[in-house]
This record gives sequence, structure tokens and C-alpha cells, in this order.
Amino acid sequence: MADVQQIINDVTKVYGKERKALMPILQAVVKIKNYLDDQDLISISKALDLSAAEVFGTASFYTFLDIVPRGKNVIRVCKTISCHMAGKDEIIHAIENTLNVKTGETSVDKKFTLLSTNCLGWCHKGPVMLINDKVFPELTAAKAIEILQNYQEEE
Amino acid sequence: MENSRPKRVDIIFLMEGIDPIKVVETTIKKSPDDIILEMIDSGLKGRGGAGFPTGLKWKFTRNEESYDKYVICNADEGEPGTFKDREILDRVPEKVFAGIAICGYTIGAREGLIYLRGEYNFLLPTLNEKLILFNEGLKKIGLDFSIQMRSGSGAYICGEESALFESMEGKRGEPRNKPPFPTVAGYLGKPTVINNVETLVYAFMIARIGSEKFKEMGTKDSRGSKVFSISGDTPKAGISELELGMTVQQFVDEFGDGDTKAVQVGGASGGCVPRKMFQETIIGYEGIPTGGSMMLFNSSRSMYNVLHDYLEFFTEESCGQCTPCRVGCQQLLKGIEAIKRGDKSPGYLEDLKKLAKTMKVAAKCGLGQSVANPFVSIVSNFKEEIIY
Amino acid sequence: MSKYLVNLSVNDIPVSVPEGTTILAAAKKLDFKIPTLCYHEDLCVAGNCRVCVVEQVGARALVAACATPVSEGMQIHTNSATVRTARKTIIELLLSEHNADCTKCYKNGNCELQSLAHEYRVGEHVFIDLVNGKHRVIDDLSPSIIKDDSKCIRCQRCVRTCDELQGVSALTVAYKGDLQKISTFLGHPLAEVVCTNCGQCVNRCPVGALVEKTYVEEVWNAINNPNKHVVVQTAPAVRVAIGEELGYNPGERLTGKMVTALKRLGFDSVLDTDFTADLTILEEGTELLTRLKRALVDKDTRVALPMTTSCSPGWIKFIEHTFPEFLPNVSTCKSPQQMFGALAKTYYAQKKGLKAQDICVVSIMPCTAKKYEANRPEMRSSGYKDVDFVLTTRELGMMIKQAGINFHNLEDSQYDSFMGESTGAGVIFGVTGGVMEAALRTVYEVVTGREVPFKNLDILPVRGMEGVREAKVKIEGCLPEWKFLDGIEVSCAVAHGLANARKLMQAVKDGSAHYHFIEIMACPGGCLGGGGQPIPTNEEIRAKRATAIYREDEGLPLRKSHENPEVKMIYEEYLGAPNSNKSHALLHTHYLARRRY
Repeated sequence: MADVQQIINDVTKVYGKERKALMPILQAVVKIKNYLDDQDLISISKALDLSAAEVFGTASFYTFLDIVPRGKNVIRVCKTISCHMAGKDEIIHAIENTLNVKTGETSVDKKFTLLSTNCLGWCHKGPVMLINDKVFPELTAAKAIEILQNYQEEE
Repeated sequence: MENSRPKRVDIIFLMEGIDPIKVVETTIKKSPDDIILEMIDSGLKGRGGAGFPTGLKWKFTRNEESYDKYVICNADEGEPGTFKDREILDRVPEKVFAGIAICGYTIGAREGLIYLRGEYNFLLPTLNEKLILFNEGLKKIGLDFSIQMRSGSGAYICGEESALFESMEGKRGEPRNKPPFPTVAGYLGKPTVINNVETLVYAFMIARIGSEKFKEMGTKDSRGSKVFSISGDTPKAGISELELGMTVQQFVDEFGDGDTKAVQVGGASGGCVPRKMFQETIIGYEGIPTGGSMMLFNSSRSMYNVLHDYLEFFTEESCGQCTPCRVGCQQLLKGIEAIKRGDKSPGYLEDLKKLAKTMKVAAKCGLGQSVANPFVSIVSNFKEEIIY
Repeated sequence: MSKYLVNLSVNDIPVSVPEGTTILAAAKKLDFKIPTLCYHEDLCVAGNCRVCVVEQVGARALVAACATPVSEGMQIHTNSATVRTARKTIIELLLSEHNADCTKCYKNGNCELQSLAHEYRVGEHVFIDLVNGKHRVIDDLSPSIIKDDSKCIRCQRCVRTCDELQGVSALTVAYKGDLQKISTFLGHPLAEVVCTNCGQCVNRCPVGALVEKTYVEEVWNAINNPNKHVVVQTAPAVRVAIGEELGYNPGERLTGKMVTALKRLGFDSVLDTDFTADLTILEEGTELLTRLKRALVDKDTRVALPMTTSCSPGWIKFIEHTFPEFLPNVSTCKSPQQMFGALAKTYYAQKKGLKAQDICVVSIMPCTAKKYEANRPEMRSSGYKDVDFVLTTRELGMMIKQAGINFHNLEDSQYDSFMGESTGAGVIFGVTGGVMEAALRTVYEVVTGREVPFKNLDILPVRGMEGVREAKVKIEGCLPEWKFLDGIEVSCAVAHGLANARKLMQAVKDGSAHYHFIEIMACPGGCLGGGGQPIPTNEEIRAKRATAIYREDEGLPLRKSHENPEVKMIYEEYLGAPNSNKSHALLHTHYLARRRY
């Protein structure tokens, strides 16, 4: 796992030690480890000379900047209207059963976190989900399970 | 276009024979004032939904005296039902870049930024690669301007321009008080043009072929064409570029599944047009304006569920700072639930409508103000479905 | 503000105001009150509660009067049908997410939302109650401040206060949408984060979401306990502000009435923190001179200069978190409150023939951080908790009302003796720059044998409300033992409000500013603007309290700490000399580096 301090150094080299570097830093940390822990928030606040509360307040505003532990692969199933109409509930049930988790939870092996999220911008090809940054449109329950299996086997 | 079919257009995605850098090179031989005149003359209005005349926005920003100015491309496309900007950035990113560069030259900016929603992060690697080449291209033609990517992280409200600035400045994406407007004090407090992805491509196209060609299309108040994101109960879900000025009826005739009972125009924050109003409602500024989202519902759909989904969306995606939006959204959502359960009388719907109307005039930003659009239109036209 | 005038009309009455004026201010000029909640004169404009929306003719939506500047030809209506409906709806919405159990609320009768609900006669159960469904957490772990989110209306005054005025940012807005809330870092209790307990947020919270932790009942119990000898001390800034709790205008000096009231409340002895303020000057002045001597004569490079004051517990906690590397620079003197407590349970007890454990020391402070300070483990020099209970000015007001005392008709009376005598120098501890002025009056005279060279002893350069002020005092003609100071220009700085303190300390840290002595008060205006003072507060009110404090100083026969006869007496009969071993044991303390989050 990349050192958070290293990420901070790299990003501030590009953006300066200014507040506008905050989002890129938070995003870079989340990209590597899928969430920000207390210590990350503190390190970032020190680097940018912000209060830890402000960094927390900012991170907690953004759905993708998770501040609770997440699995290695974060699944976000779109729950907004078109995907709802196209059957997102089925997809979620299938994933919940496959991973033995409920929405919002992380699998015991810490490989997956299942979340539902607002519109992902694939309304013509719902249901859709993101796994980390990767998008999977036009899902069926079977397809979703197959995708998860591929991720399972990746290790 | 009386009862004719919506006219398909192919401007946005057409790449054949177009070299964006070349177009920039030719355009910047003109004076910024001439470019602004051309933009104003074209009648191009913002394609994100709010519809502010693009030429005027550029003009105001150009008139500001500041060493630093910015052009920002708003690619925080979060409106449920909208996915055109993703398609545009995926298929013809160079046209977007060129639109940004032309704007930059026109207003006297040296920096352009594209704020891409986090949900579209998968586009980032390609866009970054292409930007390197494009920025080099700009250098070659001697334009002191470069473009960089910025990302969002899952917050619908950041599509609101001042919230987007806040986010880029490393803060919570909370809309600012206006005035000052972005043309005076935008990103980092500097004069800023912020345009939607699609707007910038049309601006590029107008720079290339002139305002006359653009003006030929559409109506007096709604010039040109528009990319529509079509979804819901339709056999033709996807992207279509159509000339503006058609009625909802014409649209439904083309894209409906034969059983369309309502069309939500403009996404969750837009209005719901019921079947009885298809014929009289024009899609455009003289009728119902839209950022391009067209969601069709057939008679199998419960409009209560539709409204419930929207309200849940706004309840979660409100930034939470202003009272009418933060509390109002929760009240509307809990209100229709209570009516459905029978905990509140059907008469309570009228109270909620009044609340929605207050939100429309008293909320701080466009999000809170627009929640009334779906609420009032759905509740008024499908009252029985909401109550029973 | 611009010199250009803008013409507009408010409710059809024409008015001209300078460009840049808000609609709110323009309406005020015509005596139209527009209700506000998130707006506060001390803070930047938020425009988020929307209670102040007004109608601008021709505009698509209503506009927030607090956030919208006037423009030429603007026509504003502050009470149109649309405005009234919107305003009432907004108040109703706020009440729906507010735990409106008003009769049991600490702020009952002093709540801005309650007043608005009253003004607009909001009906019952208009909207669905959103409070019940939510998990209610009350953070009452801090000895100073209680935070109850169920009462919060998200106006963000506290967040802006903590950030802009205090530069602490212990509070932030967290999450969004229906989950949005005011939070500390990760929602930790206030007691476990960088909160300095200054209470400025409490002063500005329009509702009961942030209030002081009250100890009024504990104090009544002590008073009612026949085995307890209850001693009360009053801080300098209380006497010029208590009136605001009892129906007086800001700036009334009510020292005599306050003392009478305290006696009627049943305190066994009514004494004055000003006495230990004078004592602080001798201890701290001596400490400063000692440090200067070690630096200048002994060439000891380890001496920490500039030396900063240590009276303000908010400042102490701030520096412990934020600039721990400067802790050696902080004077080791306890604050006057704690000096008082330590002496009450030792010197006073001895002289009165009482046992320390039978004495209960109560402080009336303009401050919420003093509650925290009294709880610090270092503050037990007497072997007991030196100060038992700390009440704010507001809590004293509450006790006076509860006791049914008609304050207006009270006669004046004098503080009890001993430890009740004070000088004007002790009194001005209550205003920013006051400790500096008091210290200079004494130190200059100790060193030169002459009075400080300012007319009427008023050291004007350190006075005022500028956030950071500097002064230089040239020392000439020293007495023989202070010869090493001859010709030296003592460089001083004063800051009030922790945001200014941060600026000043940053300048010291990066070497861009050089001083010998720095006074810092955590609160805007000094203690008179403290977090325990009457609500509301603003610049005008603080200025009036400041004027009252300087009047009090002028009116006293003695105005230099070293002339306080009781101070002389305590050195003679108990402490020996300033900075003696006994002084160190009772009157000095040490500090702790703390985490900066």
C-alpha cells in the first residue's frame, strides 16, 4: 500500500500546499486504499495547514470519499429512477446473496463493499454499477454474479 | 415542423474532416470582440439546463479586468436521466477542448479546467492523454493556453456552478450567494466562464461554420440543435441530436413505446409532462426547457414511485446548507409517504404544494428551487397515484 | 465602503445608501426590521437560513436581504404576501427539525428561533417532526460547553465563529443533504478535540444547540450547606456586563449593586478576582524582568522570549494545541482566577481559621473556558480543587433572578476584605490590552522609579479594538539594579480573538516579528467579549463594555497593581516576594503540549 505521506507530497508538488490541493489528495488516497482513515485525515490536515475538522467536513460531503473502512473493491449500484425501473433491486439482491452482505456492508474477506448510489449517468443502459472506477452497464443478475466471480478469481 | 418527425442533426459527434486545433488556429485570427459578436448572434444558450446566452457570458467575463481568468468546462453531469456529456467526452473530446481554448482566447484566460464528475473517472486516463497532445497543439499554434482535468467525488450539487468552484477550491460543494456572478468572481475569486460540455462543442461549431448555419435551426427563443439523453420506457434509449422546437407529442411519436403516459423533461429537476399536454408543450425555452434529459414513462409505472425516487435523490443530494432545500426535501418525501400510509390526509398534499412553491422562491440555489418542478407537475397531474 | 450612493426603495419608501450596502442594512436605515438567523454582525455572510428573504420587484425568486447588495432602482418589499408565506414556511421548517421542547430548554426565553416562532404565531404540527426519527446525541463531556444537535438549526454561526474569529476550526459542517450536521473532527466530543472552550460559539448560537454547562444548582447547594464557607470571586469584566442580563443597556458599571446581590444570594464572602489580577502583575512582571535579565545580562540563550501572558484559558489551550513549541514562552503564572482559588484555600483559610476542605470557591467569570481551567489537574495547589465552581455572567444573572432580587433597587456595597481590594490596573484585565497596560504601569515604575510616561497613566497605544496592536516603550534612567535595561525599547504586542493570536504567533514563529512581551486574550475585545458574557454580542456592545472598564479604572484611587495594599500585605505576611518558592508553589503552573486535531 502506497504511503499516504508520499501521495500528499506528490500531489502538493503539482497543486502546491494550498487548499485547492485538498480534493486531489483525498481522491488520490481513496484511489489507492478505497477510504480515508482518521490518521490519513490528520496527515492531510497537517500538510495543508487546515484543521482536521475541516478536512473531515470536506471529505464527508462527497459520496465517493469514504471515511469508513471499505473493501478492496467498492461496488456502487445505481439506484436512481431509470435503473430502478430497469431492475436494480434484482441486481442488488443477487450481489447481496453472492457476497453474503447487505447494502452498506463489507464482505468478511474485505474484498467487496456493496453500496447503492445516485445516478451514474447510464440511464439508457441500466441497471448499471461501478466497481471502483470501472463501469458495468446493462446488467442482469447473472451478469453481475459473473463479474463478481471474475473479481474473486483475480487474486 | 407541424406534426413532422423530430429532425435529427449530426453536428456534435461529427468528426470527419475536422481538425480541432486547426479550427482554433483559424478562429484566433479573429478579434475576441468578433468572436463574441458571432456567439451572441448565434443565439446559443447554455446547454446545461439554465440557458444563459453563451455570448453574453463570454462578453461579461472578457470585460472584467483581471490578470487571471478561467474557463471551466462543467462536466459534472449528475442530473438523473442525463448522460450526453459523457458520450461527448468519450467520443469527441477534442471538440470540447477546442471550445474551451476558443473561449479562453476570447476572454483572455490562460487556463482552462474540466471538472469531470467522479462517476466518470474511467474517462480520465484517455482524456489526460488526449489533453497532453492538445495542449502541445495549442503551443504550436502560439496560443498561451492550456487545459487540465479536475475530478468530482460524487456530489450532484457540484454541477451548480458556484458549488463546483468551491469543490475545485478544496471545499464542500456548497453554492455561493449571488451576486457576485462567476463572470466577476468565479473560481478562486477570478472572472470565470463556466460552460457545459455540450455548450462548448456548439461554441466550437459556431466558430467553425458561423452563426448563420446554427441560427437556421430551431426557433426564435431556442436556436440550433441539442443533444438529448433518452431513457425510460422507450425502444430507442440513448443519445439523439435533434433540432429544437419540437413538441413533446412529436418526440413521443418518435421515441415512445406506444403507451407513454408521461415524459419527465429535464431530469429529476425538470417538469413532468402528462399525456394530455404532449401536444401543447414545446421542448425549448418557449415551453419546457431542458438540459436534454427525456425520460419516458408508460402506463405500467407508478408516478408515486417516480416522485418518491426523485425526492429521495434530492433529500440526499441537497448540499444541506439552506433551510428550504435541506428541510423542505425531507418534508416533501416524508409527506407523500405519510399520505400514502394514511397518516396524513390527502389535503396535506396542498400544504406540500405550498411548501414546494416556497422552495422555488426561497432556496439559495437552482437545486432547491427546482425541486418544485417535478413535485408540482407530478402531484398536480397524477394526484390519484400519489394519494392512493 | 464606496462613496457612491445607490438609490432604491424599501416598501415604497425611497432611500439612498452607499454602494455595497446590503438590503438588510438599507431596510434597517428606514427602521424596517427584517428577521435573521444565520446572519451575525461579527461574521461573514452565509445567506443560508433564508429567513431574511425579501421580494425584489422583477426578480424571479426572493432574495436574501443579508447577502444581497443593493442596486440602483431596486424596489424591495419586506412584507409582501410571498415574503410572509415564505418566511413563515421557513420558520416552520426549522421548527420541524428542531427539538422544540422549549419549556425544558436552557435557552428558553433567550432563543432567536423561539422569538421568531412567537412573532409569526406558528401553528402546531404544521410539518412532520423530523427530530424524533433521528438519533439524538448530546455531547456533555466538556466541562464548559454542551452541544445538542437535536436543537441545531444549521445556521453555521458556530462554524464561522470557530473558523473566522477564533482560527480554531474545531467545528465544521459535515456530510450533506438530510445528514448534514455541525460536527467536530469525526464527531468526537468537544472535550477530545482542539476546542479551546472559549464559548464564542455559545455566544452566537441562536438556539440551545450550544450552551454553557451550568453549575448553578451545585452553587446553590454549596450556599445552602451550613458546613461550607462559600467564597465568591468576580472577574473584572463581569461588573460591566451583568446589567445586560438584568435589563440594563450595555456599558453600565454595576460593581456595587453586583456585590450587594452576591451578598444577598448568600455567599459568605464576596471577593474580587481583581485582587489576584494585581498579584498577577507582580508575579508576571517579575518573571518578565527575570527573563530579560537572563537574556541580556547572563546571555542565556535558552530564555524563552517573547514572553506571553497566561490569563486566558482559551489562549492556553489554543497554544497547547497549535503552537506547543512556544509553551516555554508562556508565563508560568496561573490566571487570576486560579491564583485566587489557591490562595483562598491556603492563605485565606489560614487567616480565617478555616479548613480548606470546608471552603467552596465559586468564580463568576465572563468565560466558559474558566470552567475547563478550574478542572485542570494542575489546579489543585491547595491539595483540593482550588476553584470549585465557575459560573458565567449569564449564570449569575440567572441566580439573581431565581433569588427574586430586585437588582435595580439595590444599594451599592463594597467587596469584603481581605482579597477584595483592587486597583484600576486589576480592573482593566477585562479588556484587550489591559494586562499589557497594567504590566507596563508596574514594570516601568519598578525599573525606573518613575511613573510610566503616559498622560494620566493611560497607555493609549495598547488600547483599542484593532486585532493586533504593537507598542514600544523606551526605558531610560533605570534604577541601579536595572541598569542593564537602560536604553532598551521594550517591544510589546497585543492580540485578541484567537484568529489574531494565530496570526501574531505565526509572525513570531517565522521570524517576521520580534517582541519582548505579548498579551493574548482568546476572545474578541478581551474578557469583556468572553464566551460567558450576555448574549447578544457585537462590536458596538463590546466597545461600550470597554468604555465602562476604562471608566472604572479612572474612578479608582489606586491604579497601579504594586500599590494594592492587600497585595503588599500578602507578600509581607505570606508569600515573601514575587516568584518566591511559595509563590511558585501556589501561583505558578505548567502546560501540556496537546494534539493538533
